[in-house]
Amino acid sequence: MTAYETIILTVITASTPLLLAAIGELVVERAGVLNLGIEGMMAMGAVSGFAMAQVTGSAWLGVLFAMLAGVAISMLFAFLTQSLVTNQVATGLSITLLGLGLSGLIGGGFVGMPGIKLDYVAIPVLSELPLVGKLIFGQDPLVYISILLTVGVAYTLKKTRIGLIIRAVGQNHHSAHALGYPVIKVRYACIAFGGLTSGLAGAYLSLVYTPQWIENMTAGRGWIALALVVFSTWLPARLAAGAYLFGGVWILGLYAQGMGVGIPSQFLSSLPYLATIIALIVISTNRRLSVINTPASLGQGFVPDR
Amino acid sequence: MSNPQHASEPGKYLLEVRSLSKLFGDFCANDQINLAIEAGKIHALLGENGAGKSTLVKMIYGALQPTSGDIIWQANTIKVDNPAAARELGIGMVFQHFSLFEALTVTENISLALPPQLRGGDLSQRIAELSSNYGLPLNPDALVADLSVGERQRIEIVRCLLQEPRLLIMDEPTAVLTPQEADALFGTLNRLTSEGCAVLYISHRLEEVKQLCHDATILRHGEVVARVDPQAETAATLAQHMVGSSVHEIKRQDGHDTGNNLLQLINLNQPADTPFGVDLLDVNLQVRSGEIVAIAGVAGNGQGELFSAISGETTNADFDAVIIDDVACGQLSINGRRQLSAAFVPEERNGHGAVADCPLTDNILLSRHAVRDQGEALHKGWLGIDHQHLDNINTRIAKAYDVRSATMDAEAGSLSGGNLQKFVVGRELDRQPRVLVINQPTWGVDAGAAALIRQALIDLSRQGSAILVISQDLDEIFELADRVAVISRGQLSEVYAAQDLSREQIGLLMSGAHEKPAHATSS
Repeated sequence: MTAYETIILTVITASTPLLLAAIGELVVERAGVLNLGIEGMMAMGAVSGFAMAQVTGSAWLGVLFAMLAGVAISMLFAFLTQSLVTNQVATGLSITLLGLGLSGLIGGGFVGMPGIKLDYVAIPVLSELPLVGKLIFGQDPLVYISILLTVGVAYTLKKTRIGLIIRAVGQNHHSAHALGYPVIKVRYACIAFGGLTSGLAGAYLSLVYTPQWIENMTAGRGWIALALVVFSTWLPARLAAGAYLFGGVWILGLYAQGMGVGIPSQFLSSLPYLATIIALIVISTNRRLSVINTPASLGQGFVPDR
Repeated sequence: MSNPQHASEPGKYLLEVRSLSKLFGDFCANDQINLAIEAGKIHALLGENGAGKSTLVKMIYGALQPTSGDIIWQANTIKVDNPAAARELGIGMVFQHFSLFEALTVTENISLALPPQLRGGDLSQRIAELSSNYGLPLNPDALVADLSVGERQRIEIVRCLLQEPRLLIMDEPTAVLTPQEADALFGTLNRLTSEGCAVLYISHRLEEVKQLCHDATILRHGEVVARVDPQAETAATLAQHMVGSSVHEIKRQDGHDTGNNLLQLINLNQPADTPFGVDLLDVNLQVRSGEIVAIAGVAGNGQGELFSAISGETTNADFDAVIIDDVACGQLSINGRRQLSAAFVPEERNGHGAVADCPLTDNILLSRHAVRDQGEALHKGWLGIDHQHLDNINTRIAKAYDVRSATMDAEAGSLSGGNLQKFVVGRELDRQPRVLVINQPTWGVDAGAAALIRQALIDLSRQGSAILVISQDLDEIFELADRVAVISRGQLSEVYAAQDLSREQIGLLMSGAHEKPAHATSS
């Protein structure tokens, strides 16, 4: 493998967990819910996936279990914020703390164990193509899944009735309710989807990226995913581009550090956040952009009229 | 739109309501209501706020269930369980406040509101056809956020028409329209009735009811007081039915003296501070002592922004942009302006004009603590509050402006809309201000209270104060104003003497005839 291939490959593997977690959160936010618990859901996904793979010996069962764990903890968030109408910011933060703590507890016995890695899937013939073959058609299966999910979410939101209803619920939950759409059920479903992809992102970390369990191995990726959603102005295509950009900057930081470039690594690792801040400024100065894509009821609890 | 043979069915009426009653606890919102609507006719439902119009209509539309009585639809007694069932029957309703999604397109909004069987096919194509057939121009791909209030209403009407209603209920549809837009709407309604559709038309604008409607049922205190032929009545007799006694006629004497300019706006420019706001462009206006100047305009054309700029809720870098009693006060705070003997009554009485959770005396303190009118100070010592004095003022306001509340010092939020408006207006008028700026003085207030408020404004002006009234109600403007200007998209027209101006001219100005094209691009 050439150096060029190695770099591209590491960028893709660094970007995929960001994309997986962010595409779910994008749907959640389009439905008007702000879930700050991604980091915690990812940690739960990582430890559950690793543990299941250890117990059964199957990485795929690990992936499945990680998604279930993500959904389970997201349902706790949904119950609190949708049924009990708690503050979404506070609840999301507690979900993050809970997920990080609980994953450390569960994973205590697995620290240092050699992991089980999800096999690469090489698409026959195509993966033999020169230059791009290995990069595009020789990836681990979750990379394909992340791309399919992104395309699927983009299509669903823009073209289908379900997507229209999700956008309507996120735009104005009172009107959606008045028209007879089940606001809270739609939000439950979107939150579950967000939990599922966050769990998947966690599984990617512990079963593909670095196949082992280390406490706090999510290392702030959940927060980057959140930033990405805002950065993308809630559009899936921009989200994918942003995820690969952020992944690229991340890897660049590591390489720069390794090669002893004179830029402080702290500066490089802060680049994604700086980019998000700049994106926020641009969005807030562009009225049209903010009107069209920002879910107007983002973060607001909904209590139906009696 | 409908089959003509229905008209000859045994029941003469499309919809009949017999002895319909609705109780909310002990309160009887509708008492033994009888109503009958013929196909192909426009039937007016008249009444003051709180007369029970909304309750009745909600029962017909299935949003409320009657306590007793029958609803008969095409000679069959029916039960309307919910609005979807009503739409299924062929009853459509255009609400006064639209529940539209700003960031979605016209087609997406309509699609969300349609039952599954009507969503299929090329919906935007059907919307385009239907809207052009009925003279309701609408671009199916436009974002709602970019549309005017009139266009938004068209979305609601088109949505109803797509369901091919036999009965269309319209709740105060012209409240948000210019006279020309209203005329276009009347054309659409006449076209619909000629096709056999019936219209139940809720309004309190008597002139248009006379112009448009074939029948009228008048409600008062939850009971039907009259069923009349509006063509044979005058606006005065209709009003008499609604109010139950003859409405206080407003007395004004014209040709009185006006004095010097007490309020001046000079080249007032103010960029909007919210995404949906309107920029004010080069607004110039003088209001003299002893006169009432009114600003007409369709809602959302900068009235709120203009009010804030004059009251000091938003300050202006240019000191000379706002001059009150010869003092340049562009940067003065709202209290600084009040100390110049100016008073301000905002449009939204609940939450802006008054704090709902606070008792009336606290609300008096909030707007008047900084001013001493007629030597009255509301504070006692250093930090104390003169509660006795506040109680006196409250009693005085309640008496002079007929504010009715459960207790003398009730929470503002517990007052009915009309009473709270009388309180908010009374609180400022009680100061005998030299300059008064009032936005929508009688919005959502019954005829009796409106007459009282308007008379008080005229009396104040005749004592030498300068009054600026911002209103969307042309009847009110012609009743009050000595001079009239029109605001559209943040630009103010010239000021005309009220007697020189016709409704048609105001309508043209409302739709922007005076706007300077150069400004349209510079913003």
